[in-house]
Amino acid sequence: MSTTKNSDARSSREKAPAGERVADWADGRLGIYSLAKANMRKIFPDHWSFMLGEVCMYSFIIIILTGVYLTLFFHPSMNEVEYHGSYIPLQGQLMSEAFNSTMHISFDVRGGLLIRQIHHWAALIFLAGMFVHMMRVFFTGAFRKPREVNWLFGFLLFVLGMFTGFTGYSLPDDLLSGTGVRFMEGAVLSVPVVGTYLSFFLFGGEFPGGDFVARFYSVHVLLLPGIMLGLMVAHLILVFYHKHTQFAGPGKTNNNVVGMPLLPVYMAKAGGFFFLVFGVIAVISAIATINPIWSMGPYRPDQVSTGAQPDWYMGFSEGLIRVMPGWEINFWGHTLVLGVFIPLMIFPLVLVAIAVYPFIESWVTGDKREHHILDRPRNVPTRTAFGVAWITWYMVLLIGGGNDLWATHFHLSINAITWFVRIAFFVAPVLAFIVTKRICLGLQRRDKDKVLHGRESGIIKRLPHGEFIEVHEPLSQEALHTLTAHEQYEPAMIGATVDENGVERKVKGTEKLRAKLSKSYYGEDSQIPKPTAEEYKEITSGHGHH
Amino acid sequence: MAAVVVLLIALAAIGGLYSAVAPTGQAKADETAQSLTITEGQRLYSVGCASCHGTGGQGTSDGPSLVGVGAAAVDFQVATGRMPAATSQGAQIPKKKNIYSQAEIDQLAAYIASLGTGPSVPTEEQYDPDGADIAKGGELFRTNCAQCHNFTGKGGALTHGKFAPDLEGVDPKHIYEAMQTGPQNMPSFPDTTLSEKNKKDIIAYLDAVNSEDTVEPGGLGLGGLGPVSEGLFAWIFGLGALIAVAVWVAARTAKAKKS
Amino acid sequence: MSSQDIPEKNLPAAQETEHGAVGVADEQNPFADPGLPPHEHRVQDIDEQAAKRSERAVALMFTLSMVATVAFIVSYVAIPHDKAIYVFPIGHLNALNFALGLSLGLALFLIGAGAVHWARTLMSDEELVDERHAISAPPEVKAKVLADFRQGAKESAIGRRKLVRNTMFGALALFPLSGVMLLRDLGPLPGTKLRHTLWSKGKLLVNMNTNEPLRPSDVVVGSLTFAKPEGLEEHDHEFQTEIAKAALMIVRIQPDDIKDKRELEWSHEGIVAYSKICTHVGCPISLYEQQTHHVLCPCHQSTFDLSDGARVIFGPAGHALPQLRIGVNDEGYLEALGDFSEPVGPSFWERG
Repeated sequence: MSTTKNSDARSSREKAPAGERVADWADGRLGIYSLAKANMRKIFPDHWSFMLGEVCMYSFIIIILTGVYLTLFFHPSMNEVEYHGSYIPLQGQLMSEAFNSTMHISFDVRGGLLIRQIHHWAALIFLAGMFVHMMRVFFTGAFRKPREVNWLFGFLLFVLGMFTGFTGYSLPDDLLSGTGVRFMEGAVLSVPVVGTYLSFFLFGGEFPGGDFVARFYSVHVLLLPGIMLGLMVAHLILVFYHKHTQFAGPGKTNNNVVGMPLLPVYMAKAGGFFFLVFGVIAVISAIATINPIWSMGPYRPDQVSTGAQPDWYMGFSEGLIRVMPGWEINFWGHTLVLGVFIPLMIFPLVLVAIAVYPFIESWVTGDKREHHILDRPRNVPTRTAFGVAWITWYMVLLIGGGNDLWATHFHLSINAITWFVRIAFFVAPVLAFIVTKRICLGLQRRDKDKVLHGRESGIIKRLPHGEFIEVHEPLSQEALHTLTAHEQYEPAMIGATVDENGVERKVKGTEKLRAKLSKSYYGEDSQIPKPTAEEYKEITSGHGHH
Repeated sequence: MAAVVVLLIALAAIGGLYSAVAPTGQAKADETAQSLTITEGQRLYSVGCASCHGTGGQGTSDGPSLVGVGAAAVDFQVATGRMPAATSQGAQIPKKKNIYSQAEIDQLAAYIASLGTGPSVPTEEQYDPDGADIAKGGELFRTNCAQCHNFTGKGGALTHGKFAPDLEGVDPKHIYEAMQTGPQNMPSFPDTTLSEKNKKDIIAYLDAVNSEDTVEPGGLGLGGLGPVSEGLFAWIFGLGALIAVAVWVAARTAKAKKS
Repeated sequence: MSSQDIPEKNLPAAQETEHGAVGVADEQNPFADPGLPPHEHRVQDIDEQAAKRSERAVALMFTLSMVATVAFIVSYVAIPHDKAIYVFPIGHLNALNFALGLSLGLALFLIGAGAVHWARTLMSDEELVDERHAISAPPEVKAKVLADFRQGAKESAIGRRKLVRNTMFGALALFPLSGVMLLRDLGPLPGTKLRHTLWSKGKLLVNMNTNEPLRPSDVVVGSLTFAKPEGLEEHDHEFQTEIAKAALMIVRIQPDDIKDKRELEWSHEGIVAYSKICTHVGCPISLYEQQTHHVLCPCHQSTFDLSDGARVIFGPAGHALPQLRIGVNDEGYLEALGDFSEPVGPSFWERG
């Protein structure tokens, strides 16, 4: 497995090839041989869902490359200029330099539009990729010890990605993004006590002022991507350090990792995948418009267009703000703008709900062991149901965020959709939870049947006495093992309430909660007991199948 | 509703037939062409419109008064098929196939115009976009129209199922008339506040950014709806394509068949 | 978590179940792990002809990628930047963007496809096994680290010399305040700026479209007009900031249809002037439905009834749109009779 080079064995250096001499030079200064020893033939398991993280990493790299190019032409300034570029329908219009230079990139720099579109499409795909990657990690339980910290790194990347996106699409100072910035002003103003001051500091005075583009610019190109780059490197280092998780299967244990070596297979596959991702995004950017600022026109605070939405990853917050009733409380000369402030507070809560989940689960199980074998979602019904409920919640809010387009495209009343979302916000996650849990249990039951009675072969046999039966083929040893490899916990029990001296102790609320949660996770209603060796023997040694 | 439409069409057809075969011409030779048109219009009106708008255009509980709405309103409503409307409406009367000839519409318009002064049908010179200031039209559009009709006139939602329609393919004359008369819930933009030149600029802008020949420099316009359709596209075609590629990259190569 | 909590042995994780060790399935454990399946060869591993075909396919992809890059360069040089073409089924688009994107995409995609095809068909596909090692350090390492740490802490005397420790914490805690102070000049203090707009007594209402002052006769029932205060021009340095507060929406309602008494008083013969800036988060609200007199915000669907003091009838806005009191001056033009009586736009803490 290792490719250690024994330099002593090679008595002199004169015969060493040039490549080795360069490597020797670097090793003497950087210690690369020791580094390569552990990593050059590192094993990565093959599964398509393990490549979702790569989609994110590569689109992030693409965003950085194209972003640097865009900075060469973009002017982050709000000085007013008159437009005299190639696009006729804006001739002579007053606009900020930011908008003007984005128009210049789009119409007068050759390839500028392509790079702009790649940058923006890659950003949408980056966030979508992170979302799906996060869900993959969630539903397979890959966040369990020792990977909780990496889960948090990933979560932070997702949140920072949202804000990098927001500051990015606000830069061209067009009518759509300006409307979004205006919303941001309103949201900041709603913060009790300090909101007005924060808003004045953010915009350098009253909205829109002449500062926010330049300020967003340094946040967008330096501060946030800098932090993200650091987090991403840490995220990757931890993936290497922990070694990748794998699904249960023959030969796969909690103490090994089965797959292909980094050199050469993963070098070629992962390296090639970068080009594939870049290629797909470039083709999309050749055929589909994104953020056509020339159609939207320059920002003016007294103009607006219907269909004013943020990019998709901010859509759930748009939903929150749209469906909130207009509560406002006035007291002692002050105003508490609950209609804006409550959604502003639920916004982080929606995200935090999923971020803290791993810690809740590990508290309930009290499990301190390392887990490297992934769960099949059906085998952890409560977690899976929670995840689906969360996604449902998120989707309901996305529907709320696009309520006007739902109305026009499905001929519905916008008020009815808003009311639907208001109710579904509370009801839909609960329903999703119940339904998902039931589906998971059904699937577990099916797995159990398969193990005990074999696979339905589709062959119908007629017995001597005339009865028709379907022949069930026994499963292979590989399949039997894979379907029974998962662990099943027993629910926690509150310990003795009376100590050895007969003194009754008080059972704390947290203890009761923990036992209750544990029961909902691992109680009778929450998992189908795995087939035992006895059950299996009884059935297979008996009449075979019936 | 379909039955009602059929009935209306039938009524209109009978009305049209009637007006075609009715003894006209000789007996009224002394009348002016104008009053002849008005009479024809009145006849059409009594067949197709009077049941809702009243026999004299005074309005009923089913339809508003038409006194003073002017010829432009009639031309818009009838030529875009919105009038005559089916009796049971949704939230808003939609545009549909027009059942009158332009000559009949002109007669109807002349009759309604005779009930009270209102905006007249614009001449081609008024709404022809040639030579208008497209960029100024864009600014005016964003100030006055985009809030309901979207940046480039793709339409948008109003309250309780009402909507502002997509403006692609709408005859410039009808856009002009709509601005002037304010059909249904759309406010009007009379010449006193939105000048003739302003209207022409807006029509020129729409012609440039929302027609079949409009160039979308970046490719597919995705409906011109903004980030919602872009997000859907990124998920379905962007991430979808990448996952398909990932499945290929990660899949095991087929094994040689065991011999 | 605490010592008072559920005992470890009662927790779900305490019930160990073995990840079946590799072994033969037997009476005791019918579900035992049979171990890695034997490696099977691909066609390319046993048939050199097939391997050759794969090699040629990979080489073809790399070659086509080179062709695509040449096509990119040729397109960049040859295609005018403003040329439009019609591509079925996409529509009319910019020829240069299309050509550059397609050739770049192909050049990249083919490199990736070639590399992956190479890896899948020509590189070894035998699965290998890496052992895992516990992440946590062994006890002796932990003991050594803790001992080192105690030794270091002892030598620094941070525990013993409390004065040094506490003053150091104090200094470290205070110095970031300088950084916070430096942010003070990001903007001026709000003062009463959000309470005032450019409107004042005698300012004429100027039509946004024509840049002419409005007369009552210009505004007919059912029409919608937007206005700005006299003297504010688009070229002005402060235009954006001022119009963000002063933008006005003017409609005319039959006086009999106006339900709110103050609204009628502040109107001129049914002509009412309301702030165009939504009281929710500041979108220019202006989707006026002339039959219902409702005005809808396109951003978050707050709906106001302009015939009833612009009170909120749907959506997330918290209070009515501010009305501007208007009248007519000696020359017959519409004029403001003062500033708005309350702050326009989104609510804020000091609004009251």
